[in-house]
Amino acid sequence: MRHPLRAVLLAIGLVLAAIGPALAVQPGERLQDPALEARARALSAEIRCMVCQNQSIDDSDAQLAKDLRVLVRERLSAGDDDDAVRDFLVARYGEFVLLKPRFEGHTLILWLAAPVLVAVGALASFLAWRRRARVAADGRLSAEEEAALARVLSEDQRGMP
Amino acid sequence: MVAEIGHFALVLALALALVQSVMPIVGARRGDPALMAAASPIATAQLAFVGLSFAALTYAYLVSDFSVANVYENSHSLKPLIYKITGVWGNHEGSMLLWVLILALFGWSVAAFGQNLPASLKANVLGVQGWITVAFLGFILATSNPFARLSPAPFEGQDLNPILQDIGLAIHPPLLYLGYVGFSISFAFAVAALIEGRIDAAWARWVRPWTLAAWVFLTAGIAMGSYWAYYELGWGGWWFWDPVENASFMPWLAGTALLHSAVVMEKRNALKIWTVLLAILTFSLSLLGTFLVRSGVLTSVHAFATDPARGVFILAILCVFIGGGLSLFALRASQLSQGGVFAPVSREGALVFNNIILTASCATVLVGTLYPLVLEALTGEKISVGAPFFNLTFGPLMIPLMLAVPFGPYLAWKRGDLLGASQRLMAAFAAAIAAALMAWYLTEGGPVLAVLGIGLAAWLIVGAISELVSRARFADVGLAIGWRRLAGLPRSAYGTAVAHAGLGVMILGIVGVTSLQVENILVMKQGQTATIGRYEVTFDSAETRRGPNYTELVAHMTARKDGVVVAKMDPAKRLYTARQMPTTEASIVTHGVSQLYVTLGEESERTDQLVVRMFDKPLVTLIWIGALVMMAGGILSLSDRRLRVGAPTPARHTPAAPVAAE
Repeated sequence: MRHPLRAVLLAIGLVLAAIGPALAVQPGERLQDPALEARARALSAEIRCMVCQNQSIDDSDAQLAKDLRVLVRERLSAGDDDDAVRDFLVARYGEFVLLKPRFEGHTLILWLAAPVLVAVGALASFLAWRRRARVAADGRLSAEEEAALARVLSEDQRGMP
Repeated sequence: MVAEIGHFALVLALALALVQSVMPIVGARRGDPALMAAASPIATAQLAFVGLSFAALTYAYLVSDFSVANVYENSHSLKPLIYKITGVWGNHEGSMLLWVLILALFGWSVAAFGQNLPASLKANVLGVQGWITVAFLGFILATSNPFARLSPAPFEGQDLNPILQDIGLAIHPPLLYLGYVGFSISFAFAVAALIEGRIDAAWARWVRPWTLAAWVFLTAGIAMGSYWAYYELGWGGWWFWDPVENASFMPWLAGTALLHSAVVMEKRNALKIWTVLLAILTFSLSLLGTFLVRSGVLTSVHAFATDPARGVFILAILCVFIGGGLSLFALRASQLSQGGVFAPVSREGALVFNNIILTASCATVLVGTLYPLVLEALTGEKISVGAPFFNLTFGPLMIPLMLAVPFGPYLAWKRGDLLGASQRLMAAFAAAIAAALMAWYLTEGGPVLAVLGIGLAAWLIVGAISELVSRARFADVGLAIGWRRLAGLPRSAYGTAVAHAGLGVMILGIVGVTSLQVENILVMKQGQTATIGRYEVTFDSAETRRGPNYTELVAHMTARKDGVVVAKMDPAKRLYTARQMPTTEASIVTHGVSQLYVTLGEESERTDQLVVRMFDKPLVTLIWIGALVMMAGGILSLSDRRLRVGAPTPARHTPAAPVAAE
């Protein structure tokens, strides 16, 4: 190296590269069988990197994510189906490892919130519509409204000089 | 000295806010015009004091006054000027100050542009704004003082988090806050209406421009954040369903629903109670978003518990405003009169459908975001709710909504003709089929998602345009008059069509990048060429460089298409020296609406051999272009004469007689 500064910079660069964020899915990790690799990728996207902030092991650069990616591929190569791999990971790391929680007792509200809300919204709109339509259709006032009208009218008369 | 002036100005602003939160409302109660009129000058003075305070903090950053703890913790004398300025809100204390500054700005705008508001409504609105200002100024002064001093003053600062040293993220928070805080106006109007116990179509016309403006800003803020994550985080995703993203997405969904229900209220005097509720909910979600991001509760329930002062304070603000708003709603909503009647198949019906779906999808995001926190707090059980969950629950809700969007504007108010609307949508339907077939052909029988998604996008875009064309009635009146009719359509009609078409453009981008992206991860030796999609990328060389406050390893690459050089690419990995924090700088080449995206991976021992991750991302820019088009729609609608703030109401638009509460 003719330029000492350059050598220093290069050294910094190397250190930097060593500790810098590596990228998810390294070339060496990939499986030969494209179908199996595709399954591994899809599955990895559903597995949480537990030391990261909301990242799947497919996206993460952490060492743990790399280990898990390799593990997932090992299990798949050993002939496990996707559910078996998930079961294996949950047994080891707990439910926390799944980015898509299973449909079970403690996730009932989570999974059913959307469909139930749509149903409730639709039902409420329908009931509101039917009530209003009935009032509009017969053109008459409900007993309650008659009473209110009578009250207002009598107040008006009282208020007149 | 300057810092102390800034601090004192905040205290004065709080004092003014206290007055503003009581006097106008008492004035409105008693019908005292003097008390009511006082609100406007107070709101103006408040803006001046909060502005002074913000200017003081900015000055401390500009001169690198490290005796101010906030500056020491988040700045560095070598930091480029632009990031010294944006560093002001790149931290907790400063961002809260920005929040309040924008709140004061909106309060002042109501005071300045709301001359044609009824005096009591204006007084109540400003009063409610005063409550919010008191809460947040109190929060800053009690728990997050940005002007705290350090003694002895350090010589050098700790620098701003490097991933925040980016122009995209620098303007992201102000846009987001303009959106969040803009919804405070809708909230203040809703609460004022509940206090007064009356609401009418004119109310909706006053609320709509504020909601629209807030919505445009929030759309911009979210899109900006998404694009920032895309190019800065370095793994090419554009939406992660991260709690922080969800925090801004929830008010957006609710705000979008509010925009649509306010239309029904304005035009047909219906859905009043629901609109008021939505206005309260939208701002509540904005507050919740601020809470989630600011309290640290997202990182961990325990982080929140260990430093609870701030979290508890914001939680209290949340409870008071959401609880108070909803209680007031429960007490007074029954006094608001019901409006016009409509058939299920009608414009109103379509907008109700829109509201049901948007509200349910917003609730899905809310439940998904909070569920793990609540479950852990209650049972100690830890679960994750991530992107796969949201894709599975949020996605299916969007499909019926997207399919329905083009129908809405074709349906008449009160009673619509579904068959007639379908017939008039034949052109859009044909375009959708043609687009789907074309996608199928071009991708050689590619992914089903791509084919159907592109069809859906065409349905939205052509559906939106054809509605405008059909309103011009070219077939009946001929070309010349048709053109004139088209030009004479109200801006809000253009706004609707443009915004809906923008949605279609965005769908096209999302579908394109989700289903047609090509990826190549490999180890590259110097001089090696790799193929990615339609491109060949050659790794020419790599070097280390020194920037103003970082060192970086940068690779020089050449992208070619059919042997012709298309672009030079310089993906890099940086190390910000002050914090020893590494970042990835992706190199992105835009070709048409697609992008070639290259980042550097873990490097081997030699600089002539790199791990490279490349993506060909077809149509990806349409995601953000779509957002821009949607914003353009919002702005067009905002410029409609009917909504122009302060414009005299044309005679034919005489507001409906206010409906008395009892």
